[in-house]
Amino acid sequence: MVRSRPAARPESAKAPDGAASLEAPQPGGAPVWQRRHVLDLDDFRLDEIEIVLETAKAMKEVLAREVARVPTLRGTTIVTLFYEASTRTRASFELAGKVLGADVINLTAAGSSIEKGESLIDTVRTLRAIGAHVLVLRHPMSGAPYLAAAEGDAQVVNAGDGWHAHPTQGLLDLYTLRAAIGPLAGKRIVIVGDVAHSRVARSDIWGLSRLGADVVVCGPPTLLPAELGSEHAAGLPPVAVETDLDRAVEDADAVMTLRLQQERMTAGLLPSLREYSHLYQVNEERMARARPGAPILHPGPMNEGVEISAAVAHGARSLVEEQVTNGVAVRMAVLYLLRRDQ
Amino acid sequence: MSDILIRGGRVLDPANGVDLARGSVRVRDGRVAAVGADLPAGGGRVIDAEGLLVCPGFVDLHSHLREPGFEYKETIASGTLAAARGGFTTVCAMPNTEPPLDSKAAVDFVLGRAAEEGVVRVLPIGCVTKNRAGKALAELAELAAAGCVGFSDDGSPVGDAAIMRRALEYAKIVDLPVIDHCEDPALAGGVMHEGWVSTRLGLRGIPAASEESAIARDLALASQTGAHVHIAHISTAGGVALVRAARAAGLRVSAEVTPHHLALDHETVMGPSIGSGRGPAAGSGQSLVYDTSAKMYPPLRRAEDVEACIAGLADGTIDAVATDHAPHAVQEKLCEFDAAAFGMVGLETAFGLGRRAVATGALSLERLIEALTIGPVRALHLDRRLPGLGTLTVGAAADLVLLDPEREWTVEEDALASKGKNTPLMGRTLRGRVVATLYGGEVVHELAEVAT
Repeated sequence: MVRSRPAARPESAKAPDGAASLEAPQPGGAPVWQRRHVLDLDDFRLDEIEIVLETAKAMKEVLAREVARVPTLRGTTIVTLFYEASTRTRASFELAGKVLGADVINLTAAGSSIEKGESLIDTVRTLRAIGAHVLVLRHPMSGAPYLAAAEGDAQVVNAGDGWHAHPTQGLLDLYTLRAAIGPLAGKRIVIVGDVAHSRVARSDIWGLSRLGADVVVCGPPTLLPAELGSEHAAGLPPVAVETDLDRAVEDADAVMTLRLQQERMTAGLLPSLREYSHLYQVNEERMARARPGAPILHPGPMNEGVEISAAVAHGARSLVEEQVTNGVAVRMAVLYLLRRDQ
Repeated sequence: MSDILIRGGRVLDPANGVDLARGSVRVRDGRVAAVGADLPAGGGRVIDAEGLLVCPGFVDLHSHLREPGFEYKETIASGTLAAARGGFTTVCAMPNTEPPLDSKAAVDFVLGRAAEEGVVRVLPIGCVTKNRAGKALAELAELAAAGCVGFSDDGSPVGDAAIMRRALEYAKIVDLPVIDHCEDPALAGGVMHEGWVSTRLGLRGIPAASEESAIARDLALASQTGAHVHIAHISTAGGVALVRAARAAGLRVSAEVTPHHLALDHETVMGPSIGSGRGPAAGSGQSLVYDTSAKMYPPLRRAEDVEACIAGLADGTIDAVATDHAPHAVQEKLCEFDAAAFGMVGLETAFGLGRRAVATGALSLERLIEALTIGPVRALHLDRRLPGLGTLTVGAAADLVLLDPEREWTVEEDALASKGKNTPLMGRTLRGRVVATLYGGEVVHELAEVAT
């Protein structure tokens, strides 16, 4: 079932608002990075994405040093404030901050005043008052980082909010993909799985379409968000929607799989894991339909044997470990760019 | 008592088919004493209504006055003052208070408070079910005897079709309507309209089918029982079409729409600009806004739904504009979108928002006024209890409003009498201003320059 095809290539390389100056550098050589917060990729210009990816490349070189430690962000206090469990994202931000010489404080909802019912705004104000410069926020409710950015004067990095966005994951996916398959313009990138509830998918879609990729999303209609791919969805990036994974991966340049949360079953969105993996598991058989060597990404943590087969997850095409490594470099780049002119 | 002559304005009384380009209304002893082209001054106060519309006071079928129980959000005193500012001289108070209005004692309390502190008339709506729990019928006959003008579990839709059927049947004893917030609880559960904006924001959606299927159920039950069902705050094109067909088939159904569903769509959630298009553009330096003041139940829907609601109001499918005035405290909106309370304050901006619908060309000013005056009265048969309500009939209570349909004004916190400041219109300019309001012959609201 194809609800709509992506628009012609020159069109899809543009912002959904049709901004013509997307690829033009800033006039007068003004700095292209003026962002105080990183909340989502939906409002990133192409040149802003490029500068993150370029900076991340330099950060990878720092990470490759024998003593990966530079004093760039000395004096900067970063607080990671996580209202949801996380392993790789939190650790990756912490490491990114420490490599750059920042002080990093990790807070989780459990064991803090949040448990005593403190509101998000009050927590943000408190952290700012004790001297936090950058707040890395993970929150189960979509939009929470916008509230934090609007109400405090700390700089906010969205480390994942509800179903909405995970911009640093989107950036690291772009970085990883580009390193593997080169420029993304015109490439067929398939995103498979629970798109409806995925902040990773949303950020990937914005980033990929900004770089001119042809994005195909694939999953059961119960796990696809409303009006994605519809002609009426004026404010969404153009994507093609496909419910048949075999068709979706045909000639794909890369496949991005998403984690399937077990709770989707209890919510009645799927009949069984068995049927889901039968229809939507990314495995070697299916990958044979993609372009030779087309890589596979997964934001982790993986349910091997459900959305992805173990053979593919750990096979030659898998970029899962590169994603994790690149995640540190991309987050270093984001933290550096946010603090550079402060 | 009062003797006031309002002269020189356009007198519009839709119930009586009166439309005088330059007319006068005389008010004496709290009642309308005369309406005519040129009435002589009688020694009392004269209000010059040159350039203004003079209409019956507005009647709101759907206000949340919050008292008792939630006085920090609104009180009967502050809510009825907000009503007066918005041109409303009668407000029907929804029963989702604490305790809810499911007993004579609770209704007596509201009416007592209204008599002591109310600025305008308060007509209570009783619960359909005990404690609004949707399980067992409230004592509808006792509630009617206490003064309730209808029954509703607004905000907690009656999910059980069998309970709804029994409520409709039982309400026939007192010949009062059941007012249903039409929402299928199993389909709802979201925080905004399900569509591309909810997809972009990653928010859980409420599909249009949630309202449409509940309306379809209620219409089937109205047909089954022969009882009167009133559809509260209709918001979908599909819902409007269902009600239109049901009316054509002769069912006892009436309906209301809020001013915000006539003027705002789901894109309002993305930011302060009203119906601006696609959300912030790349590189605009403007990020998304999760505007909790635009979080409503039912949610703001698509532009097509707004058009359908306007068309439904214009052709009489929808009887009334009702505010769903829903004041909340600051902290209930200054929080994560998922955690924010539903609703906006509506009494003071109702005419301005309705006026926006008129500006589309799809609704006449006369029909808007009708839907704010006699429309709601007829929808709930309020005139059985209060003859002349919503009219300028000689002898009726002198409830009047003076309007300047062209006057622009800016919505500001300080300008709102309601305790609730939760509105996506904050800082916005509206055209259409309530210049003065008379309730029972007394001036209960007037802008400074009216005093003469």
